[in-house]
Amino acid sequence: MTTVAGSPVTAFENNDQKPVGHGRMLRKEDPRFVRGRGRYVDDVQLPGMLHLAILRAPMAHARIVSVDTSLAEAHPKVKLVVTGAMLAEKGLAWMPTLSNDVQAVLATDKVRFQGQEVAFVVAEDRYAARDALELIDVEYEMLDPVVDVRTALDPSAPVIRDDLDGKTDNHCFDWETGDAEATEDVFAKADVVVSDDIVYPRVHPAPMETCGSVADFDAVDGKLTLWSTTQAPHAHRTLYAIVAGLPEHKIRVISPDIGGGFGNKVPIYPGYVCSVVGSLLTGKPVKWMEDRSENLTSTGFARDYVMRGEIAATRDGKILGIRTNVLADHGAFNGTAAPVKYPAGFFGVFTGSYDIEAAYCKMTAVYTNKAPGGVAYACSFRITEAVYLVERIVDCLAYELDMDPAELRLRNFIKPEQFPYTSKTGWVYDSGDYEPTMRLSMELAGYDELRREQEEKRARGELMGIGISFFTEAVGAGPRKDMDILGLGMADGCELRVHPTGKAVVRLSVQTQGQGHETTFAQIVSEETGIPPSDIDVVHGDTDQTPFGLGTYGSRSTPVSGAAAALVARKVRDKARLIASGMLEVPATDIEWTKGSFHVKGDPSASVTIQDIAMKAHGAGDLPEGIEGGLEAQICYNPENLTYPHGAYICVVDIDPGTARVTVRRFVAVDDCGTRINPMIIEGQVHGGLTDGVGMALMEMIAFDEDGNCLGGSLMDYLIPTALEVPDWETGFTVTPSPHHPIGAKGVGESATVGSPPAVVNAVVDALKPFGVRHADMPLTPSRVWEAMQGRPMPPI
Amino acid sequence: MQVTMVVNDEEVTREIEGRLLLVHFLRDHLALTGTHWGCDTSNCGTCVVWLDGEPVKSCTVLAAMAGGREVRTVEGLEQGGELDPVQKGFVECHGLQCGFCTPGMMMTARALLDRNTSPSEEEIREAISGQICRCTGYSTIVRSIQWAAAEEAGTRTTTADAPTADSGSAS
Amino acid sequence: MQVPAPFEYERAGSVDEAIGVLDRLGDTARLIAGGHSLLPMMKLRLANFEYLVDINDLADELGFIVFEPDRVRIGAMTRHRELLESAELARAFPIFQDAEKVIADPVVRNRGTLGGSLCQADPSEDLSAVCTTLGASCVIRGRDGERVVTMEEFHRGPYETAVGDAEILTEVRFPVHPSGSSAYEKVERRAGDWAVVSAGAAVWLEGGVISDARVGLAAVGPNTTGLPEISQTLRGATPSEEAYARAGDIAARSCDPASDHRGSAEYKRHLAKELTVRALRRSVARVNGEED
Repeated sequence: MTTVAGSPVTAFENNDQKPVGHGRMLRKEDPRFVRGRGRYVDDVQLPGMLHLAILRAPMAHARIVSVDTSLAEAHPKVKLVVTGAMLAEKGLAWMPTLSNDVQAVLATDKVRFQGQEVAFVVAEDRYAARDALELIDVEYEMLDPVVDVRTALDPSAPVIRDDLDGKTDNHCFDWETGDAEATEDVFAKADVVVSDDIVYPRVHPAPMETCGSVADFDAVDGKLTLWSTTQAPHAHRTLYAIVAGLPEHKIRVISPDIGGGFGNKVPIYPGYVCSVVGSLLTGKPVKWMEDRSENLTSTGFARDYVMRGEIAATRDGKILGIRTNVLADHGAFNGTAAPVKYPAGFFGVFTGSYDIEAAYCKMTAVYTNKAPGGVAYACSFRITEAVYLVERIVDCLAYELDMDPAELRLRNFIKPEQFPYTSKTGWVYDSGDYEPTMRLSMELAGYDELRREQEEKRARGELMGIGISFFTEAVGAGPRKDMDILGLGMADGCELRVHPTGKAVVRLSVQTQGQGHETTFAQIVSEETGIPPSDIDVVHGDTDQTPFGLGTYGSRSTPVSGAAAALVARKVRDKARLIASGMLEVPATDIEWTKGSFHVKGDPSASVTIQDIAMKAHGAGDLPEGIEGGLEAQICYNPENLTYPHGAYICVVDIDPGTARVTVRRFVAVDDCGTRINPMIIEGQVHGGLTDGVGMALMEMIAFDEDGNCLGGSLMDYLIPTALEVPDWETGFTVTPSPHHPIGAKGVGESATVGSPPAVVNAVVDALKPFGVRHADMPLTPSRVWEAMQGRPMPPI
Repeated sequence: MQVTMVVNDEEVTREIEGRLLLVHFLRDHLALTGTHWGCDTSNCGTCVVWLDGEPVKSCTVLAAMAGGREVRTVEGLEQGGELDPVQKGFVECHGLQCGFCTPGMMMTARALLDRNTSPSEEEIREAISGQICRCTGYSTIVRSIQWAAAEEAGTRTTTADAPTADSGSAS
Repeated sequence: MQVPAPFEYERAGSVDEAIGVLDRLGDTARLIAGGHSLLPMMKLRLANFEYLVDINDLADELGFIVFEPDRVRIGAMTRHRELLESAELARAFPIFQDAEKVIADPVVRNRGTLGGSLCQADPSEDLSAVCTTLGASCVIRGRDGERVVTMEEFHRGPYETAVGDAEILTEVRFPVHPSGSSAYEKVERRAGDWAVVSAGAAVWLEGGVISDARVGLAAVGPNTTGLPEISQTLRGATPSEEAYARAGDIAARSCDPASDHRGSAEYKRHLAKELTVRALRRSVARVNGEED
């Protein structure tokens, strides 16, 4: 069931709260960060460490005629220069991507996107390495690039992937979901059919810390230690073992403090592999840190879907069906980081939060001469695109029906009694109660008052818009029967040890890139064991120190690893109960648990604390028969289903009619992520995602010119919101626990990134209603808004 | 060439190349890795330190240009084992997540409060507008700086000046 | 992070010393002040020099705002923040404060200088547009003494100025006439971004009639552009929406914007008009004490 209340609480009233378990708690990781003592990959300094720099293709498509490295090799500080041809000799020129494609580590035959890796230099310092790149002479034979996704499949288009046997076009894959025939039927009977072309442009996660690694191969014991900006250290280790042929137990991947991930740090990039090769060949530690332009031009982009959205409804606003045709730009290699059986990620949830009769999606993915990637930027495996499509097309329908967009949504929500709800594309929504969430957002925003204000302003020629977005997410991959990354099942391990004095260490297979795992996971274990969070050390991000698991992305830490932590703590508690029964000299069935201690039923004075039990478990004297010493457990949690958080967002914008500049005046976000472990951290996650949404809606885009040159290759050109473009966020919540998660929690890390772009765009389009605008594509820069006001909205690509 | 400067109250002298950027001098030569970098074009502000008491982007200052001057970094915020109120504010108000932009944000915040003891929300947003945070969405950074201002003014209470945040209720 | 190619670092302690160093090193040397335009270009290796001559020690000698009866003189090493925070300058030329609020960001403004901005000669640069609007002149000093050039003469094309190899921009002079005010309007895609278009205006009134007016535009041509035709049109006119619109039309007609990722040429032309109108309207309101 859902609990809702509208009464505001203040952020700080529980400031001094030190919860034993769930609740607002200051972060355990912060003391080191505010002292400048975080340890990120570029902070790693090893004796004798060398520096690696990568030479990249200056054009989008060209054949490599020759590479002359002699001058670079002659540079006094250069230790090593490696080309694609040299890697090919070692069988290392190509590596598998996370989507069963291959990607060049260093180009051998052709370069296929601007910024592709061509050669690398290892030198004594980073300045010399950069200098030596200038000394490498590459002769290219220019080829026509494929830039426009719409013409990529033309028979006349140059074939990008001629490295693949028998490849004669740029087709990457086809994918469909839903029921085409049933959908056609509901469209045929509908009173109203609305369709529009909706583009989700290419954007980039651009974490403040770029990607990089330090590889340290010890030739004596054959062990490779790799500090790496990775969101998935265990999966990476296995892939390195497969690619480089190193035994897996001789590889240690450390993901230290990470300066933001957002999906950018899920794939294995050529640079990581180059640093490993560099260390293998020089016998020295080798550091590679990409610069910002390398990050923006060569690492995992996000989105790039050209969508045709169609919606069918009755005249009174009952949505009957949704249909979409998608052209997906996957760049030069299919580097999508998604579960293998889901080439379009979880885009299949495009039916959103609505109970409809039929749905169908047909997708074609193509190769273009652009950087690979596709799943990143807090997208929950393409749910950003799905939610944007459905929330935009629902607003188009509201426009055609001349109906209030809130009313239209309320009329079509899946009802609470329908959960678990199987969508028309086969997704089983675990729980949800949408109307209270929607109502709370409207109440917090003062929705009716805003509409009145808008009416008055319109009469005066002022442009004000109110945009609504209601989303349902699907996060926390697995289950492993359905979901794997290159054959690795999407489950997560967890290990808990309680030391004799009652302090504990919990080891996770996921790790933080800022989400606060060291705090949240201590709280999860604390809630189950009664050990204060301050007494629980959280170890993560090191394959030698932690159990196997698939990593942090797709909002999966709390749904999967959080469940593992809760269950492993319960396992420890179960053992503690047996030890307690021995200590209290009553049968285990006669004792009760209150957080932190067991006592004899009916006699609270006869009790032992978890700390007493820990000492007993390790101490002298006998334990009950059959009980081993020690107080620890481990688990590998395989989720039964995804979790389905939801939320209602309302955005208010003002547009200057003379300059077409958009100002986001207010943003109200009501999220329901089930049980809330640390509300402060949840709120922080939401705030960050909302800022992403404003960025994508108004300014962020990786654009290309007709020659395939990237126009978003620096933070001067790829604009990210500053404190001046975003309002003070207004948040609220409802609580609909997940029925299958041990503590009822759902993921929340990506909810706001998923849910907010349509709210902003819907608000801008709503403001432009007097100009007859029903749709305009992101990014809604002043120029693009002005063009829409002139009746000529332009697709961004 | 040789350069001498005062970093966090301590005079340092090193042999450097003329082209060495201040951020690399601090990180690679002095092992003060609390100062980060995030772009090539002076846009992100993760590298902000003080030069002669004013916040600057240390990726766009040559180490040589800092010769004979005073530099202060995040490592120099804590005084006598006591965290600066700005540092405390960031912890108290969840003004950081991944922590990467945090040192630069705090250096700017400290400089702001030294000039303006009770900045408005707008003044705070303006002050940090040359620095990008990808995690927090800025509201909590604003609150952190307000917290520090109130702490220094002795007007902070546990609840009174707290901005409204989450609305709703858990079961 | 990208890093610049090798160069030698020199430091000048006075203007004369700077000129001496430049004279010795010729076109292999470049002055560095705030460095926020130069160093990023050198990091991206779009510009390489054998020598950089640090003139930050000239901050005292060339960091000044001097008010004289008929002109204001501002030293080339005056930093953006000093321009922004000078209340006296804001009274004389409110356009400075308008523009400085939207130039880059506060941290960059702690370093960047008036001289550096003008010498970059970027067609989108805001202070260049301010100087153009105010009819400023630039004082250039070399081994053989000083010369004074107008803004039109100073900017010879994109990224090209009248400053010779062994010369240094030392000062910018702004003529002061009574009963005038000024304003600056900029549209940017995001705080800190270069202008999509910006417009500066300065207006002088005499007996309720415009005695003189000047408009300068940024980002719509090879350099920041002054528009003498607007001055001609407005002289003798009564301030009115019609008069501003006429000026705006001239601005739209006279500029030469290119379509790029900041906006379409049509939009920029529209902005040239819209921002010209706004800047004129605000300038007049300020003369009349009706705003700010």
